[in-house]
Amino acid sequence: MKRRDILAAALGLILVWQAAAMLIARPILPEPWLVIRVFVDELSRELPGHFLASLWRVMAGMAISIVLAAPAGLAIGQSKQLNRIFSPIIYLLYPIPKVVLVPIVMLFLGIGDLAKIVIIFLILFFQIIVLVRDQAAALPFQLIQSLRSLGAGRRALFGFIYFPASLLAILTALRQSVGTAVAVLYMAELFATRRGLGYYIYYNGSTLLNYPAMYAGVLAMSLLGLGLYFSIDWLERRLCPWKFVT
Amino acid sequence: MISIQSLTFGYPRSAPIFENFSWQAQRSETWAILGPSGCGKTTLLYLLAGLYLPASGKVLIDEQPLARPRPHTGLILQDYGLLPWATVRRNVDIGLRVRNFYGPDGIHTPRNHRPAANVTHWLERLAIAEVADKFPAQISGGQRQRTAIARTLALQPDLLLMDEPFASLDAVIREDLQNLTLELRAEQNLTLVIVTHTIEEAAIMGQKILLLTHPPHRAPLTFDNPGAGREDYRRSPDYRAICDRLRQEMSAR
Repeated sequence: MKRRDILAAALGLILVWQAAAMLIARPILPEPWLVIRVFVDELSRELPGHFLASLWRVMAGMAISIVLAAPAGLAIGQSKQLNRIFSPIIYLLYPIPKVVLVPIVMLFLGIGDLAKIVIIFLILFFQIIVLVRDQAAALPFQLIQSLRSLGAGRRALFGFIYFPASLLAILTALRQSVGTAVAVLYMAELFATRRGLGYYIYYNGSTLLNYPAMYAGVLAMSLLGLGLYFSIDWLERRLCPWKFVT
Repeated sequence: MISIQSLTFGYPRSAPIFENFSWQAQRSETWAILGPSGCGKTTLLYLLAGLYLPASGKVLIDEQPLARPRPHTGLILQDYGLLPWATVRRNVDIGLRVRNFYGPDGIHTPRNHRPAANVTHWLERLAIAEVADKFPAQISGGQRQRTAIARTLALQPDLLLMDEPFASLDAVIREDLQNLTLELRAEQNLTLVIVTHTIEEAAIMGQKILLLTHPPHRAPLTFDNPGAGREDYRRSPDYRAICDRLRQEMSAR
């Protein structure tokens, strides 16, 4: 994809929005220029604080899930015994839509940041553990044997094979699931908090009935999701250039 | 150089492949191990590489029993030996980087190892310098196998083990690489053991040929083929004679 094409697509979407706003002509769908103006105004007020609160929750959830899921996935992918014990458990838990756990996690962990971070963690953890496990299990036997024959022991195998292989799996997992993580974060921020973009959108939309500000919040949340997605995409191209050659 | 003494080996829960098997190879000899698929020839190579250990008996290289891969043995496999995420240059220098990583500990790395990472000589010798910055997926099968050879030779082995190294290549490229391997063997004064399932390859490459048929293997069945490696050997009557002989032996057993 070319950058120019992406810009053109963004412009096209804004035009569709503009046309829809003109057709509907009600306050519940403000025109894009108004939303952008309010967004810019809000930048000097509360919006950045809410944005940072949400960003922190996603990043913390990501960090914890990588730290716990990547080594676990590697271990399970490499060991037949561990795989026999843990894969059925993962098989049962992986398809559960983690969003339904939001109320339960909140009951146990209360209203602070921790509950929200744990929810993000639950979503990303399973995605990462599954992809890293499959990647580690799919490494060709010959690849490992030929490196062993060059003198590599456990530590060198980790550094030269398992680490680079799991890096790709982690980035793929994050790219696939960061959108879901942000969506579920929105759900989690509707409850029992006064910080975060979810709260900001809900509060402006249903309490203050300030629709342009609500849309500004939606815009901020979209930028959060897009920004994370683009960053992961960029990292993947930087760290795994071999995936993108033809 | 290689001495196998009363080797017994089999995979768990299956019949032994080698039973009280003994075999010797001298320094600088070129051996082809010939046999149908499933006969255990790759297993023998892995035993020589120190990747598998015998259930009983001994595998001695340079009079030392093998307990793990030996730093001066090079192993080249048919495929998949290259890291997909590393460029050709990084694949060629990986053996050196593994050695730099451990330092000269005498276990993973020879004691006399000096940190080094320059493989330009080997990229040029194997004619892969112009694809040095490409990834394995971007180059041809022949170039991939040249990369694997360069990586192994960069470690200056004295024993080179090859497992069906040219099986997935076109006939012309295969012939090229067979000749190149024989040239390099002479240049570096290597002891070469090459595993193959084709009679012609065994006859071209092996001055000595070890024939494996149906396991379990007990006494080695060997053939002398002194002309192998000579220029134009492919078109000589000796070559046709040894091919016929091997064919007869293989179908008789």
